[in-house]
Amino acid sequence: MIRVQNLVKTFGSFTAVNDVSFEVAEGEIFAFLGPNGAGKTTTIKMLTTLLQPTSGSISLDGLNPKTHHNQVRQRFGIVFQDPSLDGELTAWENMELHGVLYHVPSKIRRQRSEELLKLFELWERKDEQAKKFSGGMKRRLEIARGFLHTPRILFLDEPTLGLDPQSRNQLWSHVKRVNETEKVTVFLTTHYMDEADRVAHRIGVIDHGKLVAQGTPREIKDSTGTETLEDAFLKLTGDNIRDESASSTDQLRQFAKMWQKGGR
Amino acid sequence: MSAIYILWWRELRRYTRSRAQMIVSLGQPLLYLLVLGSGFGHVFQKAGMGNYFQFISPGVIGMMVLFSSIFSGLGLLWDRQFGFLKETLVAPVSRLQIMIGRTLGGATVAVIQGLIVMILSVLFGFRPQNWLAIPAAIGFMVLIAVCFAALGTAIGSGLQDMQGFQLIMNFLVMPIYFLSGAIFPLTNQGVVLSFITRLDPLSYGVDGMRNVLGAPNAAFNPVVDLIVLAAFGFAFILFGAWRFSKIEI
Repeated sequence: MIRVQNLVKTFGSFTAVNDVSFEVAEGEIFAFLGPNGAGKTTTIKMLTTLLQPTSGSISLDGLNPKTHHNQVRQRFGIVFQDPSLDGELTAWENMELHGVLYHVPSKIRRQRSEELLKLFELWERKDEQAKKFSGGMKRRLEIARGFLHTPRILFLDEPTLGLDPQSRNQLWSHVKRVNETEKVTVFLTTHYMDEADRVAHRIGVIDHGKLVAQGTPREIKDSTGTETLEDAFLKLTGDNIRDESASSTDQLRQFAKMWQKGGR
Repeated sequence: MSAIYILWWRELRRYTRSRAQMIVSLGQPLLYLLVLGSGFGHVFQKAGMGNYFQFISPGVIGMMVLFSSIFSGLGLLWDRQFGFLKETLVAPVSRLQIMIGRTLGGATVAVIQGLIVMILSVLFGFRPQNWLAIPAAIGFMVLIAVCFAALGTAIGSGLQDMQGFQLIMNFLVMPIYFLSGAIFPLTNQGVVLSFITRLDPLSYGVDGMRNVLGAPNAAFNPVVDLIVLAAFGFAFILFGAWRFSKIEI
């Protein structure tokens, strides 16, 4: 379903993704793990047509995102790592907008929006502006939105960041359900190793832009001679803590926060 | 088509939600209209140029449309910051449709703002030569709005942070306004100023409105205004669409 060969992405002199190759079969749940700044999000951005690779090839459902971006975009859904809601619009309007952009027929759109908002316990507050939601609620709304159209491939970039155990549980059981009933291929990243261990069929570990291990959770634990995936991960990637430099977007966000506080 | 519609609708929705901003943004045009409009009245009249309030009203309407439309285009910066831009960029819709939806939405909001200023100017004493000329004036407002919403999108596509925003304000938006002849007549100016004002798309928009509304001191032929402004609008849409298609996040 996803085939990546010798993928490279450089930003100036910095190589974010360095010669990465892997395959994800149809109907598989694949967890892409790595420390901060390892190249996970950059890879997802290239897979989802937001960035152009420096070199190497990508194929999603047999299509090249570079030449067939619209067909490719029709096939996947994504929950981003950082916020992507329109805060001025209500929860319901955010769902509507997404549904229209993904050509979901209006009847199915309303029906599914209602189901999903109820599933993620946002139905009572569907007419409130998204900016008034707590962090966890915003996250849930983004997840609900990601499920609105039925994608063939679902990208989840650290979807459980900032979620309570209840919502996390809800999310993973829903992911498993759509994976089993609708044969949706799932490509996810997370920092919670127990989640990856529980949900993923196969795992890829990336560090400093290079893929350092690949296989089922069992295989990875066996090859490193460790008991848990967390230990295996630490063994593969070392104990050093990574720093990511803040992007201009992060700085701007910081600025906007200060500005909003000052205004109120 | 539905994608264009929903993005257009989004811009309107955001506008109607932010009433405070709507009112605040009327402050500056009112200042120009009332303070400048009456302050310069005597001198203008003595110089034999006619009624200054009649003259400046189309200019201030043009200013409102300019500010509102160019800021809606630059709103791309905020969407990038709050992350919503990503959501539209991964949707299975062509970038051209997204750009057109946003631009038309921003332009619609700008025309509404322009109409509010027009109503205010009439309340304070502006009189068009003929009330039937209003639709033609609105036509010019639409062209100005589309022109600058597209230009704003073109610029916003490349902006990464707020510093850039200040730069655009001081070195692009204000010059476009001051050089458009919105507040002084373009007739009988020196060679250099004449030349620069003729490069400013807003000159033709404001002049077009003066022509159809019968305000004093119009500089060009209304047909010329229409053709030049439409050509600018077309060019800016192409430029904006091209820049928008190049965005990477």
